[in-house]
Amino acid sequence: MTVTRDDPRVRRPRASAPRGAPDGSGARPTAAAERNPGVPLDLDLIRAIRINRSAVERRAATLPKRRTVKKEWQAAWLLRAVTCIDLTTLQGDDTPGNVLRLCAKARDPIRHDLIQALGVESLGLTVGAVCVYHALVPTAVRALEGSGIPVAAVSTGFPAGLNPFPQRLAEVRASVEAGADEIDVVITRAHVLTGDWPGLYEEILAFREACGPAHMKVILATGELATLTNVARASLGAMMAGADFIKTSTGKEPVNATLPVGLVMTRMIREYLDRTGYAVGFKPAGGIRSAKAALEWLILMKEELGLPWLHADRFRLGASALLTDIERQLEYFVTGRYSAAYRHPMV
Amino acid sequence: MTTTVARIFETMEWGPAPEASGPALDWIRARNGTFGLFIGGEWVAPAAGELFETINPATRATLARVAQAGAPDVAAAVRAARDAHPAWSGLPGHARARYLYALAREVQKHSRLLAVLESLDNGKSIRETRDLDIPLVARHFYHHAGWAQLRDTEFPGYGPIGVVGQIIPWNFPLLMLSWKIAPALAAGNTVVLKPAEFTPLTALCFAEIAAHAGLPPGVLNVITGDGRTGALLVEHAGVDKIAFTGSTEVGRLIRKATAGTGKTLTLELGGKSPFIVFEDADLDSVVEGVVDAIWFNQGQVCCAGSRLLVQEGVAERLITKLRARMEKLRLGSPLDKAVDMGAIVAPVQLERIRGLVDKGVAEGATMWQPSWACPTDGYFYPPTLFTDVAPAATIAQVEIFGPVLVSMTFRTPAEAVALANNTPYGLAASVWTENINLALDVAPKIKAGVVWINSTNLFDAASGFGGYRESGFGREGGREGMWEYLKPAGNSPRAAGPGSAEPDLLRAADPRATPRGEPSLPPVDRTPKLYIGGKQVRPDQGYSRQIRSPDGRLIGEVGEGNRKDIRDAVEAAHAAAEWGRGAGHVRAQILYYIAENLSSRTNEFSARIAAMTGGSPEDALREVEATIARLFTYAAWADKYDGAVHQVPIRGVTLAMNEAIGVIGIAAPPLAPLLGFVSLVAPAIAVGNTVVAIPSFPYPLAATDFYSVLETSDLPGGVINIVTGETDPLVRILAEHLDVDAVWYAGGAAGAKSVEEASAGNMKRTWLPGARDWLDPRVGEGREFLRHATQVKNIWIPYGE
Repeated sequence: MTVTRDDPRVRRPRASAPRGAPDGSGARPTAAAERNPGVPLDLDLIRAIRINRSAVERRAATLPKRRTVKKEWQAAWLLRAVTCIDLTTLQGDDTPGNVLRLCAKARDPIRHDLIQALGVESLGLTVGAVCVYHALVPTAVRALEGSGIPVAAVSTGFPAGLNPFPQRLAEVRASVEAGADEIDVVITRAHVLTGDWPGLYEEILAFREACGPAHMKVILATGELATLTNVARASLGAMMAGADFIKTSTGKEPVNATLPVGLVMTRMIREYLDRTGYAVGFKPAGGIRSAKAALEWLILMKEELGLPWLHADRFRLGASALLTDIERQLEYFVTGRYSAAYRHPMV
Repeated sequence: MTTTVARIFETMEWGPAPEASGPALDWIRARNGTFGLFIGGEWVAPAAGELFETINPATRATLARVAQAGAPDVAAAVRAARDAHPAWSGLPGHARARYLYALAREVQKHSRLLAVLESLDNGKSIRETRDLDIPLVARHFYHHAGWAQLRDTEFPGYGPIGVVGQIIPWNFPLLMLSWKIAPALAAGNTVVLKPAEFTPLTALCFAEIAAHAGLPPGVLNVITGDGRTGALLVEHAGVDKIAFTGSTEVGRLIRKATAGTGKTLTLELGGKSPFIVFEDADLDSVVEGVVDAIWFNQGQVCCAGSRLLVQEGVAERLITKLRARMEKLRLGSPLDKAVDMGAIVAPVQLERIRGLVDKGVAEGATMWQPSWACPTDGYFYPPTLFTDVAPAATIAQVEIFGPVLVSMTFRTPAEAVALANNTPYGLAASVWTENINLALDVAPKIKAGVVWINSTNLFDAASGFGGYRESGFGREGGREGMWEYLKPAGNSPRAAGPGSAEPDLLRAADPRATPRGEPSLPPVDRTPKLYIGGKQVRPDQGYSRQIRSPDGRLIGEVGEGNRKDIRDAVEAAHAAAEWGRGAGHVRAQILYYIAENLSSRTNEFSARIAAMTGGSPEDALREVEATIARLFTYAAWADKYDGAVHQVPIRGVTLAMNEAIGVIGIAAPPLAPLLGFVSLVAPAIAVGNTVVAIPSFPYPLAATDFYSVLETSDLPGGVINIVTGETDPLVRILAEHLDVDAVWYAGGAAGAKSVEEASAGNMKRTWLPGARDWLDPRVGEGREFLRHATQVKNIWIPYGE
């Protein structure tokens, strides 16, 4: 993307702002990451963005071929992926029963013998969060009490986001009151498709206000935004309006998280960081089922944004079946034998 | 293991991801680490017994010892290729297609062995050999299996050239092998191939694979050795064509060495390709483009985008992004699957890169390299970025052939084009903008054989690759590449070569002969002049030459052109370049108009021809009528010599545009004074070139009369310039002129040699149309002429929103 002019309304980076640690240092950001408070809408900046789809696709295609991790490195990276999972169930037939099971797995994501073999007992691994519909928030909050695992609720008329606006705001407030730590909001796709950037900005600004202390992940539903340029513009608009995370998909669109979309969104996160000093997180969601796919996303984060985006406060993988495949790969690493799904406690 | 995993969990560092080298090393070991020459389907030891070592540049370990082919070995290889040629070229296309198809399959079957071997021998990363080199090799053989199948129907009247000597570089050893031998074999030639001395192993492995695939003995011969072997191959009289990829310096030597031998040439030489970034480009994608342009294969790429030209307003932002990206590049063991860059091929190349970088710093440019340390156990060099580079700096002009990028800024599209073309090279270019109007405006203005829009270093067998200017000539890939390995078939009327013009006619008439005509009222003096820039001008020197009829009558005097007249004519031809930018329709109209105006003076021209040549009035009339028809032919072609859209495996189009070459010097055939002249000049200007033409030496008056036809036909001044005088000295000046882009010479063997030798100065294209029956439209006109009047530019345009 490109920006041809600087906007005085946009705050300049501050010296204290958390920045990407240099690659290979292994250091997490030391300064406590300040939440992105948002910035005034900069229409010129948004409209000046151009994304070259073919070039983005070429980069996305070669990224997983330029980098790979093997053996101990792969095991460690997969464990890291586990800690970034938003373990999710978003079905019409969700009940307290299956959500309790999900929460138990969230606390205890890897088979104990594997944890021991890997020598990582002391890490106290859990997933990054549990993600459910509003109705299941109280169940999840109770089940995860004391674990430190945040509960995320999808909201604002998920997945289409076309409920009456006051009700969408009310839904956010209700979930926060019910104990949700994170709110995954969906945007009105029409704002993007019609180029109504003020409409998008105002909508997300209102969501953010309703979230209060809860962190807000803004779902762009990229599968319905038609072009990568739209994805980039919507990403920037959401960050200007105060998104803590930008997220690809609801999991309900025909096309979910793809690497080209992820590449564009991460580049926008970098652009926003460079311009404002605020670090925004990224969450690909939908269709991420294999350990290999999880590693590709981690590679993307490390290459495009750097190490701080390999931690749950800046990176989440929205998934459910993924965890089982990661466990299978870890068992293969430990035993040298390919594993079966049924050997790992189900979600 | 246990603590390791926990530690890596915190650091999230990259780890080693080695590709096993065992099978490739076993392959070498199974051959006792020593390789002979592959001649006539057999592995033979070099006659002199000389061997040399090939090393792994990433570890400095010796990989194998290979043969240094000497003169007897080269002779044996050429003989084997010659012996195999009748049977191979006599095969039906379908049979050759089966062999090429088998080669493609074999390459795929042994793809990992070849990829690892290539990485070991060259130092390039396994990722590139695995994902780019080897798949493109297979693709090249598949594609050309198709051309073998279609040769007879798609190239009727053409056949193979014969025995082809091919010399390939070390930067893409097996890929260059495939680019060379696939079209050669498809067309029915047999091959003697010399791989680079730094990287012979995959060619040797391929020879084994080809033998295994049943390729008949002698069809492909592989001889290893250094430059001496290459020189022997170039000089061998039994070789009909040389195809070379390598440095412009060596290409120039080859041009000179083959001058006048009748060997045809294709040369794919160096480059200093521009990478142009306009302010509306997707800058993050541009950064990845730069990575693919100059840090691909350690920058050891002839078409590497090594000159970054950025629009001033976004330069600082782009350079900042670029430096951040460079910090993330990984350099290390080429067999590590997670490195971006491997080793430089050899110490000599590493020294060259270091020397040029030092020079860049000394000349005042700002050098920047990432903070990470470069490995020191092999021949490695880090990615390097120069800013504050002046166009005059050595690093801005010289091909570095390493991972070194020089950047400059521009203000306007016109300035970008000017900077892009400010180089003797013309291989490739990248243009980055989201504005299609701008992209498609700039692409044709850049002097380069390949232009990539919003992309870089894309290659495919279906698309021609090759240079303008001193980046060489000829194309590899696509239909345009097939032409380089074909010539008019033996039984075709086109088969006559150069040197068959009757030498007697080149001799000046006896100036002392006295006119035998009856004295009568003296005719009004008519003084033919030179025709330069649309004006009749007197020759610089003020000498004239008498033109007499065969029976000795003085029928006119023409100016004796010299060096300065040629200089002026070339200047005028350049000043008329607008001719090529106009519509073909306009050129067609003017060609028709020339024909019309010639037609009204048919009798006058016939009489003149008959008087000069002593031929019959009927023959002279036929020549004028044929000339009018020829002008119609090229008026017809002017808006019809279309390019093509190649089918390459991307979402996008590749436009193969036929572009005028520029200024063409033409030495018209001595015979057929009007028809021969027009037969060469008309196709040249029909496609947009401007010309400096030297008329028939014995019979120049038809051409000098002709300029008055041009003057009445709205032809812009400078499109056709006519300089009379002695052909060979004048054409030599044209061939030496560094601002003439091509020379066509239709004279004798000595002149042909002189032209070819002198052309090496700026690697201009040369063509020897030879003596022909110009009255026969089958050989006197058509696509063959248009092909020589143009060069193909392939413009890759990926699309998608």
